[in-house]
Amino acid sequence: MESGTRVTCRYAGTDQTATYITDRDGMAVIKLNSGYNIGVDPACLTVVALPERAEAVGVTVEQDPSLPQLSIISTGGTIASRVDYRTGAVTSQFTADDIMRAIPGLADIAQFRSEVLASILSENMTPAIWQTLAKSIFTEIKNGAEGVIVTHGTDTMAYSAAAVSFMLDTPVPVVFVGSQRSADRPSSDNVMNGLASAAAATSDLGEVAVVMHASTNDDACAIHRGTRVRKMHTSRRDAFQSIGQAPIGTVAYPSLDVSLTKDAVRRRPETEPVLSPKLEEKVGLSTFYPGMHPDLIRAFEGYRGLVVSGTGLGHTSAPVIEALRSLTDAGTVVVMTSQCLSGRVCDRVYDTGRDLLAAGVVEGDEMLPEVAYVKLMWVLGQTTDTEEAARLMTTSLRGEFGRCL
Amino acid sequence: MADYDYAKLGLKAGIEIHQQLDTREKLFCHCPTVLRDAEEHNAEFFRYLRATVSEMGEIDRAAREEMMVMRPFTYYAYDTTCLVENDEEPPAPLNPEALALSLTIARMMGMTPVEQVHVMRKLVIDGSNTSGFQRTGMVALNGSLPTGERIESICLEEEAAQRIEDQLFSLDRLGIPLAEITTAPDMHTPEAVKAVAAYIGMLLRSTMQVKRGIGTIRQDVNVSIREGARVEIKGVQELRLIDEVVRREVQRQVNLLAIRDELLARHASVDEETHDVTALFTETGSAILKRAKTIHAVCLRGYAGLVGREIQPGRRLGSEMSDYAKKCGVGGLFHTDELPAYGVTEAEAASLKKAVGAGPNDCVVLVADARKKVVCAIAQVRRRADMARDGVPEETRKMLEEGSSAYMRPLPGAARMYPETDVLPVTVTDAYYDALVLPELLSDKADRYVRDMGLDASIARQMVYSRQCQLFDEAVSRGVKSTLAAHTLLGTLKELSRDSADVAAVPGEALVDLLLRVEAGTVAKEAIPPVIRALSEGQDIDTAINAVAPSVSREEVRAIICKTIAEREAFVREQGMRAVGPLMGVVMKELRGRADGKVISELLKEEVGRIA
Repeated sequence: MESGTRVTCRYAGTDQTATYITDRDGMAVIKLNSGYNIGVDPACLTVVALPERAEAVGVTVEQDPSLPQLSIISTGGTIASRVDYRTGAVTSQFTADDIMRAIPGLADIAQFRSEVLASILSENMTPAIWQTLAKSIFTEIKNGAEGVIVTHGTDTMAYSAAAVSFMLDTPVPVVFVGSQRSADRPSSDNVMNGLASAAAATSDLGEVAVVMHASTNDDACAIHRGTRVRKMHTSRRDAFQSIGQAPIGTVAYPSLDVSLTKDAVRRRPETEPVLSPKLEEKVGLSTFYPGMHPDLIRAFEGYRGLVVSGTGLGHTSAPVIEALRSLTDAGTVVVMTSQCLSGRVCDRVYDTGRDLLAAGVVEGDEMLPEVAYVKLMWVLGQTTDTEEAARLMTTSLRGEFGRCL
Repeated sequence: MADYDYAKLGLKAGIEIHQQLDTREKLFCHCPTVLRDAEEHNAEFFRYLRATVSEMGEIDRAAREEMMVMRPFTYYAYDTTCLVENDEEPPAPLNPEALALSLTIARMMGMTPVEQVHVMRKLVIDGSNTSGFQRTGMVALNGSLPTGERIESICLEEEAAQRIEDQLFSLDRLGIPLAEITTAPDMHTPEAVKAVAAYIGMLLRSTMQVKRGIGTIRQDVNVSIREGARVEIKGVQELRLIDEVVRREVQRQVNLLAIRDELLARHASVDEETHDVTALFTETGSAILKRAKTIHAVCLRGYAGLVGREIQPGRRLGSEMSDYAKKCGVGGLFHTDELPAYGVTEAEAASLKKAVGAGPNDCVVLVADARKKVVCAIAQVRRRADMARDGVPEETRKMLEEGSSAYMRPLPGAARMYPETDVLPVTVTDAYYDALVLPELLSDKADRYVRDMGLDASIARQMVYSRQCQLFDEAVSRGVKSTLAAHTLLGTLKELSRDSADVAAVPGEALVDLLLRVEAGTVAKEAIPPVIRALSEGQDIDTAINAVAPSVSREEVRAIICKTIAEREAFVREQGMRAVGPLMGVVMKELRGRADGKVISELLKEEVGRIA
């Protein structure tokens, strides 16, 4: 039966008229006239009328040509979605018109082009899509976009922001944005995040950033550097935090005033973007823990790179060091980071650390484990020389060490 | 108020009862269902809410009206609330205790449970729900009351946050489970509405698992008369006012229909044109008008005398227009039916009428405030004035003190409900439903107390509605006489609490223990009040009894009696057995409740008998 079919159901001694929604767990879900859904035995349904075809409402939003030109690239993050109250389905909408209708106020900030690059949950993100994404952003900038907004699911947004940071040297803002609450909710953070991302994309910023709520209040968004940001909470609006440094700016709400710190890289209108999209996919990321069997490290044999998220200053157990040594001996670039997340790796304080250095492990400085992982893919995409790779991994390229650029 | 012939008017009324359930945890998180003092909040935050658009590109009409002014809402959080209330964490699964209780209530009314309960989101963007929606699920359908009225449905939903003031809310109440019971529009007199509300209230209390006290049960009343319209009056918290609310709503609809007839007879209309009359009031004595940046006026042709006509005690058609205008953020309006007044002179009213070209049959409405608000408000006035020619608008209203009501918002459309995808559906099997244990109705229980225990009918009724009823049952089942238990738990406790004792602090177990000792004769009946007072101050029962009423042996009592008689020997000899009465009081005073009155009387008779 098709969703939207009008049915009656003999139930509780009366005929309930309802709209058929879907089948679930062997039951038919119907929407009563009161708006409530209930699950009933499908055998009770009698069809009364077939679904009505609702005319799609396609209101065109006026774009103001005097405003800056921005591009919105969607990867499946739902910056704009709407609800069908008949069926209860939540659908995502991606055309510029849809987005501008869903986020009133965008049209006052800029004019928009939009592109649907992918329509995936961010947990299904892949390095191949990062490459397509970096190329799309590059093309948009080449075609005159004064800023690019990437709508993205929040789960892996920080990985993607870091990946684009390395693949693309951008002279204009590239802003990743998403929402922690789905866009169909009146309380969603999508409108404020969306407007703030557009404000940041028209600002003086000249690097890749993530723009999300700065606190649980609807008062400001933080602008995080793409290589220093991490999702630190499973559900809060302010889940995204800059680690080991302050955000590089804020966007106030509802004024949308953007302020950038002196550390933020500024817009360079005369500079052309540079795209270096090659990535080495045979790179791993492994968290060390007490009792870890060295076989787990040996499983990365044949990988070109491995990032270890070690303990404290950057440590693993002695048996794991031995396994790491055999990897480096075989030419794998091994980079040490810390599961503490905050702080710098230093393998010169304790014997264990010195043993790791002796085993050929590269210190990951203050890089977040996930950022080091993405960077190592990119570095090994640029060079096959392990010495050169090690040199690049210990050089700050995009602010990933948390120092001033 | 003159009562109407409700049958002739075609009165149809139904109610929705919202009852807070006394569960251990909230409906969609593991927080306790306790209310807090606002001063105890340990965090606050603020948010904006916006109506979301449906597939048809529509915003629900009630939601749209709430959006006319975008306001930040501030919330107080507590150490008894969590990220779920903050809308910062997905909801936990539906609380099984609350579901069982709502289904128990359903079974008490002979309802059919829903085979699979689906939790929905009902759009509410007045700030009282941090998410912008209220989670609600239908759990059962189609039941009936012994008096024949039908029950349409029971929904289990989450309580909203408590409004502290304006846009400030407290999160302690958000998420407490509510059973929402909806009757069919089967009541045809105000008294019937009250009776049904009272019966359902009694039924709910019979579960012994519902919250009690002000605000824990709220009734929404739906009223319509023939040619009138369905109007929902929200938030009637007092049972005693329900019939009055219905009466006054009928009165309002009758009067609005009379106004409609007169407007139609007068060929009344509303001017398209809005007049800027700011300049007329630059020298006025009305502070509001003098201060205002903009004053706009609209002429309602043929409305004179009707805008100011009373439709309900304390309410006029003008009050309705004012409520509509207030949605734009203005404080209110003036109309010429009530002028001159409020510092506006006769001459000013006349020049106003002249400026807008109003005749003697016309009423002029004016609104003063910032320009944007004024434009919005005049449009609302026009809308409401047009509605007056159609009769009674369908709307949601809120009850005012003593039973009149004020406009809140349009009736919400069905277009405001969509699935709560974060909560899995819950299947209700027949086996589960049939195994639910139904509590004894309080009315049956009261009858049983009269029948089996010989309690007075009014005492029995008081007892079953009392918070002490469970303790009473326990005491009686353990051997305390029902009259002693009822007298202590109803009378003594109330007297002590009037006398500023914290009787709530007395453990029930200690009360039962005390009553059992009285029954056993080891504590005198007279010692009950002072012992309970000592218990309320935190003493344990043995300390309390020893301090207040150390038990006195029969021989000690006899000694005191002998001493008392000896001191009054002449009197006793003269009066004989008649002396027992007066001496009883003297001895009782001496013993101050340390001995049972029956024992004293017995010994006193013995000793007096010796002399007389």
